[in-house]
Amino acid sequence: MFLLKLVLRNAFRHRLRTFLTVTGLAVAVLAYGMLQTVVDAWYAGAAAASATRLVTRSAISLAVWLPASYEARIRGMEGVKRVARSNWFGGVYQEPKNFFPQFAVSDNYLDLYPEFVLTEAERAAWLRDRKGCLVGRQLADKFGFKVGDVLPIRGTIYPGTWEFVIRGVFDGAEPGKVTNHLLFHWDYLNETMRKAKRRADAVGVYIVGIDDIDSAAAIAVNIDAEFRNSLAETLTESEQAFQLGFVAMSDQIIAAIRIVSYVVILIILAVMANTMAMSARERTSEYATLKAIGFGPRFLALLILGESLLICALGGALGMALTLPAAAFFKTVAAIFPIFAVSGGTLLAQAACALAVALTAAIVPAARAARVRIVDGLRAIA
Amino acid sequence: MAIPLSYVARNLWTRRLTTTLTAGGLALVVFVFATVLMLDAGLKRTLVGTGEHDNVIAIRKGAETEIQSGITRIQASVIETHPAIATGPDSRPLVSKETVVLISLRKAGAQKPSNVIIRGVSATGLALRPQVKLVAGRMFSPGASEIVVGGAIARGFDNTRIGDKLNFAQRDWTVVGTFDAGSSGFDSEIWGDVDQLMQAFRRTAFSSMVLRLADSDRLDQMRADFDADPRLTSELKRERTFYSDQSRALSTFINVLGLTLTTVFSIGAMLGAMITMYAAVSNRVSEIGTLRALGFRRANVLVAFLVEALLLGLVGGLAGLAAAALMQFASFSTTNFQTFADLSFRFVLTPQIAAQTLAFSLVMGLVGGFLPALRAARLEIVEALRAA
Repeated sequence: MFLLKLVLRNAFRHRLRTFLTVTGLAVAVLAYGMLQTVVDAWYAGAAAASATRLVTRSAISLAVWLPASYEARIRGMEGVKRVARSNWFGGVYQEPKNFFPQFAVSDNYLDLYPEFVLTEAERAAWLRDRKGCLVGRQLADKFGFKVGDVLPIRGTIYPGTWEFVIRGVFDGAEPGKVTNHLLFHWDYLNETMRKAKRRADAVGVYIVGIDDIDSAAAIAVNIDAEFRNSLAETLTESEQAFQLGFVAMSDQIIAAIRIVSYVVILIILAVMANTMAMSARERTSEYATLKAIGFGPRFLALLILGESLLICALGGALGMALTLPAAAFFKTVAAIFPIFAVSGGTLLAQAACALAVALTAAIVPAARAARVRIVDGLRAIA
Repeated sequence: MAIPLSYVARNLWTRRLTTTLTAGGLALVVFVFATVLMLDAGLKRTLVGTGEHDNVIAIRKGAETEIQSGITRIQASVIETHPAIATGPDSRPLVSKETVVLISLRKAGAQKPSNVIIRGVSATGLALRPQVKLVAGRMFSPGASEIVVGGAIARGFDNTRIGDKLNFAQRDWTVVGTFDAGSSGFDSEIWGDVDQLMQAFRRTAFSSMVLRLADSDRLDQMRADFDADPRLTSELKRERTFYSDQSRALSTFINVLGLTLTTVFSIGAMLGAMITMYAAVSNRVSEIGTLRALGFRRANVLVAFLVEALLLGLVGGLAGLAAAALMQFASFSTTNFQTFADLSFRFVLTPQIAAQTLAFSLVMGLVGGFLPALRAARLEIVEALRAA
């Protein structure tokens, strides 16, 4: 009890210093949490992938199309339930900073994505209108799109300005699904390109729906074998592997963010270690006095460790408490990532970092205080 | 009379552990700050260095990158005959009709493939890019399934040494040479014969054309002529503008992310400096009283503590800058969001960045030290002398 009381008194002896240290810790723990969340957000696409979908694309790269005739051949293969076409449109709505993904998809595309829900009436309205399109709820909220609006979108890959009429808004079946994209009819794209006599009957990727998850690898191998040595060889992989491919393209950026998130821990370690070292240094004669009246070196070490733990617990808790509102704020202000949620793992990691900082910062001062000779200590001037 | 600098410096030296820890914190922030600026400078230098001033690139209207663009053979032959284009020694126009395709290649040690630009060029394409120099092997021969690879590709990707074969588009392509394109974007590309590549990829249209202007000022006239010609759907951009436009999204991303981080981190480091300086003041109250009693004024004391804080910032700044300077030996490669292709660039330390970094560290020291210095200056002589 006496130890606790002493720890508490010591921690708040220099109110200003403790306040500054706690603030610094909170900022660092907050920054660490935000950086971890940024890294998580990068992987969100892969986490949302379904095991019952495969993606077939050109073996050369995603920028090369596959012939539309492959659809029937893939559909006829064993284990394949459905095949949908999907082309990346890459258009610009008003100006480049309004970026959102647009896909030209075949009519059965939504059957493969049960996680996007749309009313039957809206779906029927979309199917009836060749220039119709569907937008996700997040996208509709961001730009204030309503059913019936006409969106002019300037093509970058497909020339000209295209007009799409919104016929429906789809929701995520569960919260946290990314719904910031636009879907329109692949047939509309194809007919227009046929008239232009370029890039017609070309499919970006085939989404292959399967029933048996265990045979996914075998089906992928079969599809690729079917088209080997043809003019357009294919590469089939699980949707997750396909999404991870995009993540891997920026792996050095992710690695840099990871490194930097540890740098912030080092920065705060330096600040915290400094605070503890200064406090211990100033109190050398007190420690000597405590020793002189019979307290052992273990007591002194615990005293310093306790103070360090207390300050770090305060700073860590404050930082963690701020992380959730900060993430929510960041999500609305800088809408770079469609999913930006703080995971439980991130909060745990923040707590672990605060604990590690507390322990490391206390080592040197605690050892010094435990070792100090009473005579030297009593003589010491701060 | 001012308080001597040696007094200030010795104060830092006496409390070595505290000084080291505080300066260490500052140094880490400065390191992050400097590397972000260096990365952005490297990216800019790479993409600006990719273009020649008098080279003009023609792409389809509306396309933002060469991958998205297309120019038919008929259009290409119309463009080729424009009088504003310079002619080479063989009196043919200095024009390169190129095809650009992305292929997937595996980075050394990576699980997932990255996209790499493979560019089909004609013989004039090499003449138009004087910064591209062959460093090993030989150039591809026209009409053969041969390729040459840029320096960054040769260093960073599997299976790209001279003599290795890459398989794509139903053919084996032999790597016959490595070229060095300085620090330009071409260093992250693979080049081959345009006719061979177009056949292999079953392309009927070129992706883009690069032209050399006979006279730098004739670009506007050429643009007007092209706009008036109903056969053409291309737009013209100076090569430099074209490539720097392509880096904009990545550059903004690096800057926003990096500067947000440094701002947040610098708060932590400034708090550290403030803690240290407050402690320095409270430990030396009687010393300050003595100085005042000796005749030094409040302003002198204020300046002395500010200088101490600045010195602390400078030590941290120099340490951080020195660490950042070592990053010049490293290179960074990532996918450019706009072209969807892998781009490799270096950390570039310019004198301007060094100056900015040191200024930043001094500001952090100053901000951290200001309030403590003010407290020191406002101490009353009598009370300060009594404090000890």
